[in-house]
Amino acid sequence: MKKNWPMLVVDDEDVMCESMTAWLREDGYPVDSASNGQQALELAKSTDYAICFVDLKMPGGMDGIETMMELRRIRPEACVIIITAYAAVDTAIQAMKEGAQEYIVKPCNPQEISMLVARILKLKKLQSENAILRKKLSRHYRHRDIITKNPRLEEILALTQDIASLRSTVLIRGESGTGKELVARAIHFSGDRAERPFITVSCAALTETLLESELFGYEKGAFTGAAAQAKGKFEQADGGTILLDEIGDVSPKLQADLLRVLQERRFYRVGGNEEVEVDVRIIAATNKNLAEEVKRGRFREDLYYRLNVIEIPIPPLRERREDIPLLAEHFAQRISSELGKDINGISGPALKLLIAYDWPGNVRELENVIERAIVTCRNGVLDEQDFSWLQQPGSLENWEVPDVSLDELERRAIIAALERKHGNVKEASAALGIDRSTLYDKLKHYEIAR
Amino acid sequence: MNALYLVAIGSVTEGALEWIENAAAEWFPLPLQRLPPLSIPEAAYDRKRGQYQSVEIMKMLAQYAPSNSSRDSRVLGLTDVDLAIPMLSFLFGQAQLDGPVAVVSLCRLHQEFYGLPADESLLRQRTVKEALHELGHTFGLAHCSDPRCAMSLATHIELVDAKEEQYCERCGVRLVRRFAQPGGKV
Repeated sequence: MKKNWPMLVVDDEDVMCESMTAWLREDGYPVDSASNGQQALELAKSTDYAICFVDLKMPGGMDGIETMMELRRIRPEACVIIITAYAAVDTAIQAMKEGAQEYIVKPCNPQEISMLVARILKLKKLQSENAILRKKLSRHYRHRDIITKNPRLEEILALTQDIASLRSTVLIRGESGTGKELVARAIHFSGDRAERPFITVSCAALTETLLESELFGYEKGAFTGAAAQAKGKFEQADGGTILLDEIGDVSPKLQADLLRVLQERRFYRVGGNEEVEVDVRIIAATNKNLAEEVKRGRFREDLYYRLNVIEIPIPPLRERREDIPLLAEHFAQRISSELGKDINGISGPALKLLIAYDWPGNVRELENVIERAIVTCRNGVLDEQDFSWLQQPGSLENWEVPDVSLDELERRAIIAALERKHGNVKEASAALGIDRSTLYDKLKHYEIAR
Repeated sequence: MNALYLVAIGSVTEGALEWIENAAAEWFPLPLQRLPPLSIPEAAYDRKRGQYQSVEIMKMLAQYAPSNSSRDSRVLGLTDVDLAIPMLSFLFGQAQLDGPVAVVSLCRLHQEFYGLPADESLLRQRTVKEALHELGHTFGLAHCSDPRCAMSLATHIELVDAKEEQYCERCGVRLVRRFAQPGGKV
C-alpha cells in the first residue's frame, strides 16, 4: 500500500536529503530527492507525489515558497510540507497562506513527523475512496441512461455485462446517434477497469498525422511545435479502455499501426525510438459496414478480424419504436429540469407523431427534437404543435427533388445546415441528425470549407 | 565471503556486541565477525545540537562495506553517542534500506537517559530489538504494522519496549525467503 504514496524531499543540503530519504524509505515509501526547486519540478512532472517535503530556505534559484507554488501547479493533489528552522516560522506561516498544507520546524520529534505523515495519508485514502465511490455511482447512472424495453437491445445490455471484465476487443456497429459510445461506457464502467480511464478518440475528426500523434503521443522535437514530450490517448488510457470511434475512417497507414497495437499492446511515440507498452482494452465503433469496406479494399482484413472479436450491433431507433415513448419521456424530464422549465409530459397525439417518424439521426435526433420542443413549449405539456416542424415522411410528398445525385443532395444539405447555423458544426450536425464526427467526415469527403 | 560484521564505534562494551551476536545468529545464516573498534568521526559532531549526525557515521561504515562479490554482507555499527539527522531530534538507529550499512545508538536505550536507575537486562533487550530492526532494514524489510514485531517503527522508548526480541511471522518468512535467494528482494 505504501508503494502507492511516493514522496519527494527538496533541500539544498545533501545531508538533509540523504537522511530524510533514508528515514522515509525505512517506512516503506518510495522516495526521491532534489537539491533545488528546478530539479524538484522536473521530477514532479513524471511522478505523482503524495507528499513533498520542501525546505523553506534554498539559496540561489527558486526558494521554498516558489518551489511549493510550482509543485502545486504541476501536482495540485500533492500535499506540500514546508520544512523550516525556528527562526523562520513567520515565513512558514506565509507559506501556509500560499497553499502549503503543513509546516514542520526542524529538528522535530520522530513521533511528530510520523503522525503528520499518517494523518495526511489517511486523508488522501479517504479522498481516493470518495473518488472511487463517486465513480461507482456514475457507473449506475450510465447503466440507467440506456433506456429500452426492446428485447434485442436488452440482450445487448446483458452481453455488455458478460464481457465487461474481459480484455477482448469489441466492435460496436450502429448508425449515427444509436448510442454506440453509451454502450462502450456501459462495458467499461461495469468491468474491472471501471476505476481506470475511459478515453474516447473520434477517428473521423482528425487528419492522419494529427490522429497519429493524438493516439500515440510524440517526443520532444518530433515535429514543429512539439516543444515537449506528450502522451497519446493510448498511454492516457493505460489500465483502462480506449474507444476508437468511427474506426472505418482510419487511413491505411494508421490501420497498420493500430493492428500492431492490437497484436502487441506496444507502440512508438511519433519521433520516438523507445517502445511504449500499455494495458488497454480497445473498443472500436463504426457506422460503416466494415465487412463491405474490407471487400472493397478500403479496410484491412486482418485489422477487421482483430477488432471484430466481439461484435455488438445496435439497432436503429426505427427498429425499436417501442422505446420511443420511454426515451421521449426520459429526455423531456431531464431536459426540462436542466432548462428550468415546468413540463408535465408529452400528449398522446404528440407521442403518436414521434413513434411514426423514422428518426434517421436515431436517439440523438430524438433528444435534440425534444429539447427544441421544450424550448418553444408554452403550455406545460408537449403536444403536436410543439413538433409541427418535424418533417414527417408524408410532408415531403410535394417537395420537388432536384435532379442531382444523392451525394450532391447530401452536400447541399450540409452546406445549407452550416449556413443556417453560421458555421457552427455542433449545431449543424444536430440539425442534420448526425453526430459531429460524421459531419467532420462528410466535410472532408465533400471538401466543404466551414 | 558473505558475513555480518559488527563494529563498536566509540566506547561500547564487548558485552553489548555479544548480545547482538547471540540474537543475530538465530536469524541470519551468515558468519559473524567483529571489526576493530572505530573512533567517532569528527565531522559527525553537531556542535549546535550536541548530537552526532548519523549520516556521517554511516558514511564511515560504508568504507567497510563489502564489495559486490559479497553482496549479502552487512556492517552494523554500535555506538553510545546520541544520533540525529537534520530533520529529526533523535534516532535510535538508522540503516540503508536493502543496503550494506546500519548503525544503532545505545544512548537513549539506557534507563539513565530518562532519569531512571540503570537496568542492564532492559538495556540488553532494547539493544537486541533495535539491532534486529536496523539489520532487517538492510535486508529489505520496511516498517511492520505489528507493534510486537522488531520491525515496527519506534518513535519513543515505550514503543521499543512494546516490541519483542524477534520478527513477526510475516517479516520472518520474508527474511527466510530472502536467504533462500541470496541477493534477492524480500
